[in-house]
Amino acid sequence: MTEALLEVRDLVKHFPVTRGVLRGKQIGAVKAVDGLSFTIQPGETFAIVGESGCGKTTLANLILSLVTPTRGDILLRGQPISRLSPEALMLYRKSVTAVFQDPYGALNPRMRIGDVVTEPMAIHGYPRQTRQQRLQEVLRAVGLSADSARRFPHEFSGGQRQRIGIARALVLQPPLVVLDEPVSSLDVSIRSQILNLLKDLQGEFGISYLLISHDLATVEHMSDWIGVMYLGKLVEIGQAREICRQPRHPYTATLVAAATPPGRTPPWALPIVGEVPHGLDIPSGCAFHPRCPYGWPTCRTLTPPLTTVAAQRQVACHLYIDPSSVDAWPPPLPPAAA
Amino acid sequence: MARSATPAPELVLPQPVTAHSTGLVAWGRSVLRGAPVFSLCFLILAIACALGAPLLASYDPIETNRAQTLLPPGLSAHLLGTDHLGRDILSRLVYGARISVTVGFLAAFVSGTVGTLIAVVSGVMRGWAETVLMRLTDAFLALPFLMVAVLVVSLLGPSLVNVVLVIGLLRWMTYARTIRSEVLRLTEMDFVRLARAAGARPRRIIVQHILPNIVNTLLVLGTLEVGSAVITEASLSFLGLGVPRPLPSWGTMLAESQTYVFTAWWLPVFPGIAITLLVMASNLTGDWLRDRLDPTRRQL
Amino acid sequence: MLPDAQPASAAPLLEVRDLRTHIFTRSGVVKAVNGVSFQVRAGETLGLVGESGSGKTMTCLSILRLLPRGARIVSGQIILQGRELVAASEATVERLRGKQIGMVLQNALAALDPVFTIGTQVGEPLVMHQKMSWRAALRRVVELLRMVKVVAPEIRVHSYPHELSGGMRQRVSSAAAIGCAPALLIADEPTTALDVTTQRQYLDLLMELQQATGMAIMFVTHDISLVGNMCDQLAVFYGGLLVEYGPRQQVLSQPSHPYTAALLQSIPQLGEPRERLPSIAGEPPDLGRLPAGCPFHPRCDAALDECRTGEPPPVFTLAQGRQVRCWLREQDDDRSAAGSP
Repeated sequence: MTEALLEVRDLVKHFPVTRGVLRGKQIGAVKAVDGLSFTIQPGETFAIVGESGCGKTTLANLILSLVTPTRGDILLRGQPISRLSPEALMLYRKSVTAVFQDPYGALNPRMRIGDVVTEPMAIHGYPRQTRQQRLQEVLRAVGLSADSARRFPHEFSGGQRQRIGIARALVLQPPLVVLDEPVSSLDVSIRSQILNLLKDLQGEFGISYLLISHDLATVEHMSDWIGVMYLGKLVEIGQAREICRQPRHPYTATLVAAATPPGRTPPWALPIVGEVPHGLDIPSGCAFHPRCPYGWPTCRTLTPPLTTVAAQRQVACHLYIDPSSVDAWPPPLPPAAA
Repeated sequence: MARSATPAPELVLPQPVTAHSTGLVAWGRSVLRGAPVFSLCFLILAIACALGAPLLASYDPIETNRAQTLLPPGLSAHLLGTDHLGRDILSRLVYGARISVTVGFLAAFVSGTVGTLIAVVSGVMRGWAETVLMRLTDAFLALPFLMVAVLVVSLLGPSLVNVVLVIGLLRWMTYARTIRSEVLRLTEMDFVRLARAAGARPRRIIVQHILPNIVNTLLVLGTLEVGSAVITEASLSFLGLGVPRPLPSWGTMLAESQTYVFTAWWLPVFPGIAITLLVMASNLTGDWLRDRLDPTRRQL
Repeated sequence: MLPDAQPASAAPLLEVRDLRTHIFTRSGVVKAVNGVSFQVRAGETLGLVGESGSGKTMTCLSILRLLPRGARIVSGQIILQGRELVAASEATVERLRGKQIGMVLQNALAALDPVFTIGTQVGEPLVMHQKMSWRAALRRVVELLRMVKVVAPEIRVHSYPHELSGGMRQRVSSAAAIGCAPALLIADEPTTALDVTTQRQYLDLLMELQQATGMAIMFVTHDISLVGNMCDQLAVFYGGLLVEYGPRQQVLSQPSHPYTAALLQSIPQLGEPRERLPSIAGEPPDLGRLPAGCPFHPRCDAALDECRTGEPPPVFTLAQGRQVRCWLREQDDDRSAAGSP
């Protein structure tokens, strides 16, 4: 078993909500990320799927070390980043880069593309010669012409800007790239170009991706593993194709149903009830229970932990805590809700 | 954050991919389009007077001439007439431009620098620095300008430097607030976030990412502040708190002409027109700059 | 693109004939809508699908006369319930907006004024157009909110927009749009800012509303997978033109325009994983610098010589009311064939 490239262990990030003149009194907390654990293997794509308010952005910020966790740790090749010296942290930053959603906000409009792409190298002190050379390599790899380097961002289209962002993410040959909704803001007809490019680059350089997205169809196409996030917790982790074919957690089922092309029946048709609650009003017990047609009494009081229910599958749901209680899939609805 | 795709809105016209686009030249060429011609010309004239007063003025502005007092304007030797001490109004206006323009630009520069410094530090560093600096800004905003000006000038004595400092150090707050909100907006942008994720230190973020993107706002604020500074200097001089007489300043000229308003109208009118034109020119230029760099056409 | 002649009793609710809307800018003319024709019948849903810059939004704005500065309808006709709109006065069109045509726009938060309550905003068109008293209007607002599935509508009538979630705001916007029982609802990307599950809820709601009120819907989106169950007819836009038009089922299963076909191929489908997505080379065109001939030819695998020159291909009528603008389909032109299927 190869060593995991990235391991996230019980990661927690709470944002305190304060009151008072000097903001001293804490009256509550937004539990943006509330105990996440998963691993990413080298050369694989792990996707985090969730809707607004689930904590995806905070997770990305944590992995990129833009915020410090309240508890828990992130380990790169076994090294926890909380205990890294500043120099070692800089090495971490070389190893984990990102491509963000908005191609228009990701590039400094006053910087030439050449400088934008090589900025990470400049930050880490690489000499000019090396930077120029690497710039040409990486521009070629993402399908941009060599003379793009002298131009400014506004001269490029959305798809091209995203390529520039990808070039910048790859310039230091990182083993892990965080992709935060990489194609959501692009025109539909060029999304597949970018997705193909990302896949090709992965095949060529053995990069791992942490793909954050709400679009299950894209996620299924790109990923090996999927982790479904709801209000700061992972409710299901499993292999991508399997999760889409046979979701176990009721929330995952609603996501699959929502992503299923109309006219085709989803594998587990659950009605979608209500909306995602606000981060400050997380329901007790299982956070999904107010919207879940299976609501058992325990769901209201006890938060289900993530348990292994099958090979390569973990689910956080009381339906599966005691595997003997449910042997049919999908689990039969209680009479009142059916 | 958009949930499903947010394509670029249709109403934003797609930019043509230009074959050439060097930074400064193309920027300059595009910026000067639609400029207010008269205002820019007047500003250039005022600056020319300020820089080359001895060359442009025919008469000495300070030397008095008892024989030529209160001559009305005409096509004679004194185009705009003379004042009560026989000094040529036109020459005094030209020399006065020195004071007004210098004070105007320098004071705007001082307040701009101080304000930007405070805005950038508080916007990037956040935390305690931000709180302290913002409260400092509030405190300064509460100061009654005229009282402080009187205090400072009476303590330190009137001089060009003191006037510039008084105006500059009491007018930086507008900059601080406006630029700070720009800075905050910029720090939220993805390219700053990515620079941070790559390990950039605050200094790099400020120099490479923040400063170049606030230049536009600074320019607009700066031209507007020039107008304000000119009026403030004129007011201070009018009250006798500005540059010491007999150095001609448009404000001083106004002050000295008070008793002659009804008898020799050219004494107050011409300096008054000069002040008005300078303020108008810089305001219109500021307006034009603001429109020109309008966000819907700006790339940011 | 006019569907085959219908019997007089089924005159279309809205008819757009060769609409051309251009935007006049300092750097040239942008041909945002370049000859678009279609019909919407009462009770029917027409899906307008296209990417940014394809002309679908500008078409809707032309119908509503809400064009941005510099944009003008240069030719064509818009006929709503027999009344021609392009030549009509501003006042006439204003009266129609809100009364005969309702609109739901993309950003629900921007559509609702933060300083007025929901009741005021949803009730305002009722008071204005139907001359109701405020008391009667508020009662109707509660009914409307119930129709759009807002929980506890009697309480929500007094809420402010910021107190509602995104999904609820979109539903409130829709309630405002259908308040005066318009014959036509134009929904421009109504689900873009919503979560995936909320999106589905909202689309189900739209279908229910249509059943209940019998109104026609023009549903504008860039996401072709959303039109799946909703739309009766589908209109595909590209480069300011309507490149394909026909019954939704057929267009999706057997697209006749290369763009539609390539687009459908390139979108990942849940449950049908593929190793590599076929992608369309190149980028969507700049409407200010359209290529000669067909706007799609630079990206088309099957482009012929005539595709690259002259005017864009004309409308060819295919069997069963389908229309396409593509030289490759010239021989399938069925215009001479009699009647409808």
